[in-house]
Amino acid sequence: MALLKVEKLVKSFGENTVVDDLSFSIAPGECLGVIGPNGAGKTTTIRMCLGLSAPDEGQIDYMLDDGAVAPLQMPRDAMAIKARLGVVSQIDTLDPDFSCAENLLVYGRYFGLRDAQIRARIPELLQFASLSHKAAARPGELSGGMKRRLSLARALVNDPLLLLLDEPTTGLDPQARHLMWERLQILLQQGKSILLTTHFMDEAERLCSRLLVIDHGRKIAEGTPRALIREHLEPDVVEVYGVGATAWLDAPFKQLAARVEVSGETVFFYTQDAKPLLLVLAERPELRTLHRPANLEDLFLKLTGRQIREDG
Amino acid sequence: MAPRDEPVPAAMARQGGPQRGGLSAWRAPQLSLRFWPVFLRNLLVWRKLAIPSLVGNIAEPLMWLVAFGYGLGALVGQVTVQTTAGPVQVPYILFLASGSICMSAMNAASFEALYSAFSRMHVQKTWDGIMNAPVRLDDIVLAEMLWAAFKAVFTATAILGVMLALGISHSPKLLLAWPVLLLVGIAFSCIALIFNALAKGYDFFTYYFTLFLTPMMFLSGIFFPREQLPPLVRTITDWLPLTSAVELVRPLFMDQWPSQGARPLLVLLVYTVVAFWIALALTRKRFRG
Repeated sequence: MALLKVEKLVKSFGENTVVDDLSFSIAPGECLGVIGPNGAGKTTTIRMCLGLSAPDEGQIDYMLDDGAVAPLQMPRDAMAIKARLGVVSQIDTLDPDFSCAENLLVYGRYFGLRDAQIRARIPELLQFASLSHKAAARPGELSGGMKRRLSLARALVNDPLLLLLDEPTTGLDPQARHLMWERLQILLQQGKSILLTTHFMDEAERLCSRLLVIDHGRKIAEGTPRALIREHLEPDVVEVYGVGATAWLDAPFKQLAARVEVSGETVFFYTQDAKPLLLVLAERPELRTLHRPANLEDLFLKLTGRQIREDG
Repeated sequence: MAPRDEPVPAAMARQGGPQRGGLSAWRAPQLSLRFWPVFLRNLLVWRKLAIPSLVGNIAEPLMWLVAFGYGLGALVGQVTVQTTAGPVQVPYILFLASGSICMSAMNAASFEALYSAFSRMHVQKTWDGIMNAPVRLDDIVLAEMLWAAFKAVFTATAILGVMLALGISHSPKLLLAWPVLLLVGIAFSCIALIFNALAKGYDFFTYYFTLFLTPMMFLSGIFFPREQLPPLVRTITDWLPLTSAVELVRPLFMDQWPSQGARPLLVLLVYTVVAFWIALALTRKRFRG
């Protein structure tokens, strides 16, 4: 039985349909990644799952208790559902006037937890966030990564079954991002389930057991990262860049690749077997080449296009 | 073209049915005890800044009181106030003190429900964080309203203490002024939260203060009796919330009962209920989508 089941969700703002007939579900213990360009409808979907925005059509069901006969419905059972959820939103909403420990205490009270209960959990939560030494510091004194980890710790104060994380690592440096991934992996090992939106394909590949690619509010692909790459892409990519790289398009070598894409001054050759192409390229030292396996980023760009989305 | 793709029927379908896009913003308030942790949150922040904020809250009204009450009071002498016991002559300082404490309650509630609530709602996104926990927006608005009213009562209490110390009034009925000032705080918090829901930035609140609160200050019988106003203006000011507050509080300072009886109390209650409803509906609209 799915923890969260979203069916035929539709949401429009005026003439603009932001979420269009979207269905998906999350099984217990799963990490579902929702990827898509800016304005694809990721945040609106999460807001509807939280009852903060009312869908025009469709249904959102949660099954958060083993013994429950009927699922809890959003928005009707919003309070009962949110009692079992943990949320990290895109923008930090930490209280700037409180220390890290106070932030956790005050947030726990919103769940109706008793002060003694919360206080008993605070050291453990701070330790999980690697912030034990910052218990008395205010968010203004923390780095970006520390703030995100405090937000994550705060989302865990009610010991949630399911975490909804909206771009949890956007804006973090690689060290902070890796630490965040490590923490999320620990949570998955503890049996928690995660719904994650992200722009980072390495993050999606590393954390998510299943991916949902959405664009213009519609689901355009779904599956495990590996299966999606296998299904949609040739296994090898050769990138060629440098002066005259685009002139190559007219050259007969184009036939050596199954598919060719051009972005600016770079040519991407997608192929089943890169060897013949690399042999030809070896004779053209003025061109720089990069041979690598196809990855999620290739998939993402193939499915959603290379044009910039700046309206989201 | 398939029917569902035609723009006109689709648009009609979108507007049809009360369920589409959620419930009406004007539905009844859905309040619960979950407002309490939100109120406590504000209390905890304030406790860290209470002493400096207290000085700011009471210093200004006391300066008004001393400058006008003793300075102007020496020129004015006695002022006549209508009470249930007929017209009574009181010193100007008592007249002014009993009016200005209402003004202080109004200002404290308005500042908190505008600038501070807006910071939490819009700038810090504190409300968004709270709504990810099982707390409804309705309860957050209730908590902010009660919090602003609490600050009004706190400020009024501090000023009342100074007034007692200065010997301006020792009426035992001042104990009753206290719950009245709470109601004054509540009424003005509710009104201010309407403007909070509509605000795009802090500048907007300047209009509210200069166009609404400041004129009301001069028309509600705080600095001079409303008998001085032209009859038409006076009739209009009968229905101002601050007039009602002064009419209730001033007699209590004089150890008398309010001569207007239930009317000003009713006016304040109507302002409270109507303004809270409007504030809640507009806040719901702000957060929808």
